[in-house]
Amino acid sequence: MNFKKIYALGLRHLYLIMNSFPRVLDLIYWPTVQIFLWGFISKFFTLNSEYYNNTVGIILTAAILYDFLFRASISFNIMFLEEIWSRNFTNLFIAPIKISEIIAAITLTAILRTLIGLVPAVLITIPLFGVSILKLGIPLIFLLLALYLFGITLGLLVTSGLLRYGPSFENIAWATLFFLAPLGCIYYPIEILPDFLQIIAKLLPLVHIFEEMRNILMTGLVDYMNIIKSIFISIIYFSFGIMIFYISYFGAKKRGTLINMGE
Amino acid sequence: MFIEIKKLSKSYNGYFAVDNINFNMERDKTIGLLGPNGCGKTTTIGMMLGLVTPTSGAIVLENKNINTFKRDEILKRFNFASPYVELPKKLTVIQNLEIYGRLYGVDDLKTRINDIASDLDIKNFFNRKTGELSSGQKNRVSLAKSLINKPEILLLDEPTASLDPDIGDFVRNYIQEYKKKNKITILLASHNMSEVERLCDSVIMMKNGKIIDNGTCVELIKKHGRNNLEETFLKLARS
Repeated sequence: MNFKKIYALGLRHLYLIMNSFPRVLDLIYWPTVQIFLWGFISKFFTLNSEYYNNTVGIILTAAILYDFLFRASISFNIMFLEEIWSRNFTNLFIAPIKISEIIAAITLTAILRTLIGLVPAVLITIPLFGVSILKLGIPLIFLLLALYLFGITLGLLVTSGLLRYGPSFENIAWATLFFLAPLGCIYYPIEILPDFLQIIAKLLPLVHIFEEMRNILMTGLVDYMNIIKSIFISIIYFSFGIMIFYISYFGAKKRGTLINMGE
Repeated sequence: MFIEIKKLSKSYNGYFAVDNINFNMERDKTIGLLGPNGCGKTTTIGMMLGLVTPTSGAIVLENKNINTFKRDEILKRFNFASPYVELPKKLTVIQNLEIYGRLYGVDDLKTRINDIASDLDIKNFFNRKTGELSSGQKNRVSLAKSLINKPEILLLDEPTASLDPDIGDFVRNYIQEYKKKNKITILLASHNMSEVERLCDSVIMMKNGKIIDNGTCVELIKKHGRNNLEETFLKLARS
């Protein structure tokens, strides 16, 4: 891998963000709205339901972690779509940069986009709702790592679809996470799902991540097995995502769709 | 021979966009690729750039099949410009040139950008976003990007399409001058016959994915008993 080239492609996306204040505002706006909404909903539940007593922290932390996943995946998709929207696709794919370097550059730059959006929202929750995701302690790093890997995997699968089916696949990019969210057990324990769905849900890293988050916040204890499981499953999905991306890339070359990929 | 195109074909569901074509490119020569829309010019260029996988045949560079080179090794020797392919619109001209310079691993990038920008007269809009430029300005920036790495092989797809005669002439002059000063092999796909006559050492005529004739402009005009390349093109295209 040539890190100078990875940096060059990352710089392209950094310039894009720096050149447009509305773009930065857009990155911050949605996570903040999301956090506000969930913050007030969970506060209401806490005050009006015995069951939800003291759960404001759990629901809001779940909302923040889910948004992290969502932003990571969307950032990956958007950065790839930017090349299609700007009709720069051909220039990128004829540049002497390896496909692995393109994936690495987008993966690494996506974290920046994700953090630009999420850090302000996370900081707001501390004074406004008295909730800090930092309460999760060191395991937070591993939970975020698992979430990020899975978010990027979803990004890889969507971009593979873009390579295979062209820009018309764009709408799917926005829908992927909403499809998986019910199975992810983000806001509720896995026992809520019917038995057959529980089996499927356990194959996703999300269940293990969010179960562990609830476990840490409720008991103060860390089940490292859950964390290892979530990272391990995420790595498997990530490897699968890379494989699918390569298959789609070679398929697109065969079908000749790379040459005229545009709006 | 520098580049050999050997029995190259590309078919999509049984339809041959490029059908068993053969031609050679000598080092530092310019070859014109002519033919009506849909004749297979862009597909041929796409295969040479590694964007399209040939169904059969081979592209040979210095006696080595292009597939045997590593992707990043081979592509740094090539570049490409087309009005149908743009640079990121939201980035400024200098940002785009910087990024592509870095991607192509250009040494002393600042000097290279300055030199090429002076030659192409694009310095006065260096800090404007590429999407805000006129088509003539965009075209020159795209040409600057295509020459940033001093490519050995330059593929140009209708480089002066949609330009006014003045800018079109500027671009043609620039390519002509660049060729004199630098060692470069060019494949030029164009519908502008005077451009082809002016810039190309020889011409390949394509129709329905096949090469229907080739030779120098003078040879082709004489062979088909016409007054100029435009008339020759029309005769071949309508035959």
